[in-house]
Amino acid sequence: MSDVADRVRKIVVEHLGVEEDKVTENASFIDDLGADSLDTVELVMAFEEEFGIEIPDDAAETIQTFGDAVKFIEGAQ
Amino acid sequence: MVERLMEGKRGLIMGLANDKSIAWGIAKALADAGAELAFSYQGEALKKRVAPLAESLGSSFVHECDVGSDASIDALFEALQAEWGHLDFIVHAIAFSDKSELRGRYVDTSRENFRISMDVSVYSFTAVARRAGAMMSDGGSMLTLTYYGSEKVMPHYNVQGLAKAALEASVRYMAEDFGKDGIRVNAISAGPIKTLAASGIGDFRYILKWNEYNSPLRRNVTTADVGKSALYLLSDMGSGVTGECLHVDAGYHVVGMKAVDAPDIEK
Repeated sequence: MSDVADRVRKIVVEHLGVEEDKVTENASFIDDLGADSLDTVELVMAFEEEFGIEIPDDAAETIQTFGDAVKFIEGAQ
Repeated sequence: MVERLMEGKRGLIMGLANDKSIAWGIAKALADAGAELAFSYQGEALKKRVAPLAESLGSSFVHECDVGSDASIDALFEALQAEWGHLDFIVHAIAFSDKSELRGRYVDTSRENFRISMDVSVYSFTAVARRAGAMMSDGGSMLTLTYYGSEKVMPHYNVQGLAKAALEASVRYMAEDFGKDGIRVNAISAGPIKTLAASGIGDFRYILKWNEYNSPLRRNVTTADVGKSALYLLSDMGSGVTGECLHVDAGYHVVGMKAVDAPDIEK
C-alpha cells in the first residue's frame, strides 16, 4: 500500500467518519461511503491541501472512488 | 478588552457552510469576544455541517432558513423571537449563482440565473434585515459580505459582480432606513479566500495567486482577518460607521497594475 493511499484513506476516514476497512479501491465516495455532493468538494479541497496539488474541476468530477483519488494524486505529484 | 467586547450581545449568523467559511471566521471572532450566536442553514447537507460547529461555540440555536422563501425567513425570525425576543446583530454570508455561469462571458447569463442570483444574493439581505431590524430595539449592527468584482471586472465573477454591486447599494439605502433607529448596516469586501463557495468560481487558484503577488501586503487574507474586521463593525468599536463597504483584501483594491516584483504565473 502506497504512502499516498494511506494519506488519502486517513482523510476519507476522518472526513466521512467511516471505518478504515470500508475504504477499498473501488469504494465510491457517494454510493458506498455515504458522501453527499458537498463532501466530494470538501474531499477534493482536503486532497489539494494535503498534497500541495491542484485538482481542476473537470478532473475532480472523474474522482468517484478511493482508487480514482489515489491514482489521480499519484499522477499529479 | 476584546474578550468582553460582545458580552451580552446576541446575533444571527447566516450562511455558514464549514470551517473554511468566511462566516466561520466571523463567528469565531464574535464568540471569542463573548457574543451569543444563533445559526441558520439551508438543507440537510448543511445542517450536519453547521450543527457541530455551532455546538463548539456553545450555541444551541440552529434553524433552517431558505432565504428564497419569505415564509421560511418568517419562521426563522419567529423562532428567534421566541428564543431571545431581541437581537443585536446579524451576519449575512449568502450568495448564489449557477456554477456553470461563473466562467466564460457575463453576457451569456441567462434570465433565470440573473433572477435567482439577484434574489438569493441581494434581496435576501434586505428581507432578513427588515425582520432583524424589528428585533433590534436597542440599536444594532448588520453585516453582509461582498467582493471587489462589484467594482471592477474580475475573471469569471460575471453576474455575481452585478449582484454584489446591487448588494452594496442596498447597504447604503438600508443604512439610511435603519440609521434613525441606531442600527448600522455595513459590508466587508473580502479578498479571495478558498471556501466551499469559491470552489464554484473558475480559475480560482489563479485568482488567489494573483492577489497574493500583487496586493500591497503581498499575501491573501484569511477568514480570521475578516473575522477581526467584522468584530469591529459589529461591536461598539464601529459605533460611528454605517453604510460603509470595508475592504479586507490586503489592500488589493488600491492597486493599479501588476507589481514589478510579482512573478509571472501560469494558469
